[in-house]
Amino acid sequence: MGSFNLGKMTLGSMFKKPETIQYPAQTRFVPVGLKGHVAIDMQVCILCGICMKRCTTSAITVDKPARIWEIDRFRCVQCGYCIAECPKDCLFMEPSYAPAATAKSIEVFEKPAEELDEAAEEAQAAKEAEKAARVKAALEAKAAREAQKAKDDPAEAPKTARA
Amino acid sequence: MGKASVIPFGPQHPVLPEPLHLDLVVEDETVIEAIPQIGFVHRGLEKLVETRDFNQFIYVAERICGICAFGHSLGYAETVEQLMQVEVPKRAEYLRVIWHEMSRIHSHLLWMGLAADAFGFESLFMHCWRLRERVLDLFEATTGGRVILSVVKVGGVARDITDDMFRKIQDTLNGIKGEYGQICKTFLNDYSVKNRTVGVGVIDEEAARSQCMVGPFARASNVNNDIRIFGNGAYGELDGFEPILDTQGDCYARVKVRALEVLQSIEIVNELIGKIPAGEVAVEMKGAPADGAEAASVLEQPRGECYYYARGNGTKYLERMRMRTPTSQNIAGMTTALAGCDLADVNMIVLTIDPCISCTER
Repeated sequence: MGSFNLGKMTLGSMFKKPETIQYPAQTRFVPVGLKGHVAIDMQVCILCGICMKRCTTSAITVDKPARIWEIDRFRCVQCGYCIAECPKDCLFMEPSYAPAATAKSIEVFEKPAEELDEAAEEAQAAKEAEKAARVKAALEAKAAREAQKAKDDPAEAPKTARA
Repeated sequence: MGKASVIPFGPQHPVLPEPLHLDLVVEDETVIEAIPQIGFVHRGLEKLVETRDFNQFIYVAERICGICAFGHSLGYAETVEQLMQVEVPKRAEYLRVIWHEMSRIHSHLLWMGLAADAFGFESLFMHCWRLRERVLDLFEATTGGRVILSVVKVGGVARDITDDMFRKIQDTLNGIKGEYGQICKTFLNDYSVKNRTVGVGVIDEEAARSQCMVGPFARASNVNNDIRIFGNGAYGELDGFEPILDTQGDCYARVKVRALEVLQSIEIVNELIGKIPAGEVAVEMKGAPADGAEAASVLEQPRGECYYYARGNGTKYLERMRMRTPTSQNIAGMTTALAGCDLADVNMIVLTIDPCISCTER
């Protein structure tokens, strides 16, 4: 009797919508939050490198001086740990899969150089001038302190002078 | 009696989903002895715990096996939480059990498909896997992955499920019950299936106990060893959980136990969705496991009891992580069941222990 039941089910599925789709002509519905591939917003990224330290498969490389963020798609396992740990929330999961490739390659993202407008440039210059003045004042104060110390204790003098 | 000869079976064999090698000592058509050999897919994942911190290792743990992926991440997380004495929020415990029971449904449906394929019932195999896809779609919608879910983390779970999604889970699981009932009828009543399973590879209760068998394999021999009755996590909140047992101990009983467990898991998911409390789904993990701290936990995986042990060394890397997987327990029982069987029944007996060699070798 069991076969008869299953036969009915099997015959029934001949008249139903197919369970499979004609890929690649048709593609599947993508649910929200599908783990496709890791993407990055380089405008927000501060190149702190936490994603590189957390990555379970060492797929991510961050080079702060060169301002680049690299990912080896063949190593990445889409675990989402980097996304959870990112302090600036600049990493996110794109729902589409990374395209297949015939050769291993590393995808490189470059952080754009910061373009400053006039007001920002002035503000930056003022900030730098203020910093230079602060450093100069501190150096002068230090020299004065050392001179005072040398006067008080001559034995210490050569050491401090060297320092 | 004819002369004894040895027939190698596996590691690549059409009936085997995983690389297990058996040397079958046969006389005529009767198997006298089966000598198992494993070690073809050892990847050294336990050793990796020394170079991956305890948060990262969860992604390694769930890659031990593709079918029990969720179970391994859950068992590992529970052990490390014990090690660090962290209390997981109630909602996270419920969500974990809901996902775990759903993964039991998908694992059993996968196994039923493979078993049907092993005795040559192709359309039954297709129908089992068609229903399994529904469960995988639910995983995809709730966690973003179909097989490797990466949703458990130490201290809770990474994602919450909305009420709408809970309704969808209930609708889908209750929706497949009708079709699943017909598949069950075929497995349990069809004479061609019964011919292959009834009275094949019998293991009695005493042998099952003495060989320390676990999971549905042991429950088919009337050994009540379901870890879920201990009530770990949200299992304790269930109203009267009763393990499914059978007394026959043959291949048919093993098919029956697994077939009924799918329905039981659907009931558990329905019950927990009705009871789930609101609240947080994770706690923040601070610090590292203490030096010399030890923890052990057990979990009822689809294939049976899995034991986890972890030891800390004061850093964020664990000193030792050990898993005793259900299949390594069941291999002894399998060789007992194989001794004396017909050569043509070897595939059914090997499959009805539901061997998971990837878990066993890690």
